[in-house]
Amino acid sequence: MQVARTRAVALLGLAGSLVEVEADISSQLPAFVLIGLPDAALAEARDRVKAAATNAGCALPARRITVNLSPAALPKQGSGFDLAIAMACLAAAGQVSAASVAEVVHLGELSLDGRLRPIAGVLPAVLAAVRGGAETVMVPAANAAEASLVSGARVVPVASLIEAARWHGGDFPESTCEPVALPHAASSPVAMPGDLADVVGNELAVEALQIAAAGGHHLFMHGPPGAGKTMLASRLPGLLPDLSTDAALEVASLRSLAGGGVPGALDLRPPFEAPHHTATAASIVGGGSRVIRPGAAPRASHGVLFLDELT
Amino acid sequence: MVRASTGVRMPRQRRRQRRHAAGMTHNQTLGARGEQLAADHLEALGMEILTRNWRCREGELDIVARDGADLVCVEVKTRSTTSFGHPFEAVTAQKLSRLRRLAALWCQASDASARCIRIDVVSVLDHGAAGPVIEHLRGVN
Repeated sequence: MQVARTRAVALLGLAGSLVEVEADISSQLPAFVLIGLPDAALAEARDRVKAAATNAGCALPARRITVNLSPAALPKQGSGFDLAIAMACLAAAGQVSAASVAEVVHLGELSLDGRLRPIAGVLPAVLAAVRGGAETVMVPAANAAEASLVSGARVVPVASLIEAARWHGGDFPESTCEPVALPHAASSPVAMPGDLADVVGNELAVEALQIAAAGGHHLFMHGPPGAGKTMLASRLPGLLPDLSTDAALEVASLRSLAGGGVPGALDLRPPFEAPHHTATAASIVGGGSRVIRPGAAPRASHGVLFLDELT
Repeated sequence: MVRASTGVRMPRQRRRQRRHAAGMTHNQTLGARGEQLAADHLEALGMEILTRNWRCREGELDIVARDGADLVCVEVKTRSTTSFGHPFEAVTAQKLSRLRRLAALWCQASDASARCIRIDVVSVLDHGAAGPVIEHLRGVN
């Protein structure tokens, strides 16, 4: 087999689309060519994949390898394509089963010793894969909990390139390397929201809070300093009902995209974001030219965006 | 002289290598053996060897052969280990363009005519015990 293909996911914000990764090995002098609009981080996948394969003990053939990411016009970024590129190359070289590789969506970044590193945005990527009709998704071991939040996908966590190759029927000795753990996420300071029962008086404001929470309305509080505006507003998240599964998945996807760790169980509590009153427009709205990162407002989707000290 | 095929060039005063019979260095005998193995391989494929180690001011062609109507210039790379990379990796774009130039020069010098001039690269990996491994790339570009 000189040509093999598999799939990966290109994320643009929360929306992901399936990308076909094709590898061709031709009888030419050794070279590794990566085409299909990769950004700088993705173009470096070339060197990561080559070194990882050599060091893991499943070296790629000394021939010309061409990898195409299709649709070629869709810009792709990040290091999450490493595993897909490596598996397509190994399948083209006949070292693993091409039929097995073609069926699976691969996500993950390779380290030079052949271990798999976790990537940001696994949750939206797996969601996109399932929507695109994929049944099996291979993810780095550290992202397994996050990926398994999506129902309808069979998640295969792997710790290294060799483990992935063995899963696809490659004849390699078992790898003994330690899986790469998630970088310790700075636990977000989500203090338990206060209880509205603590509030004495202020019946009108409490009723307004209840109406806003029940109907999902915006709320504007105006009054002199010391009237209890902040105290009341910070108690709003506790009033909100639990999120539906779809909404919770979207919230978790946004958190995953922002680079924050996603816990193993789906968090059904609505998010609460309280940006500082000097926060810039960019930090509240989010954005970016290629990698789109959510700001405070999108991170508060389905929850509460608390803007204090508005003047 | 056969070009030593190690990718690493040592300073002149340190380039004192093991000398074999006929005053050749280890790499020279390795290279010569590799070229002999490559020539045998090409002949087994039905090619006719026209000349070996043809040299001019621009450089050297290891083997010039005829494959049917095609003229084939063959570069042979011999290694005893892949520690410095696969032998094929030693053929750089610069080397390839020199081979093309040399092919044209050979045609001029020998008045040979060919329908098509092709450049092949043969890698000989001579690990010792297991016997040499020969790989052959046809028509590289």
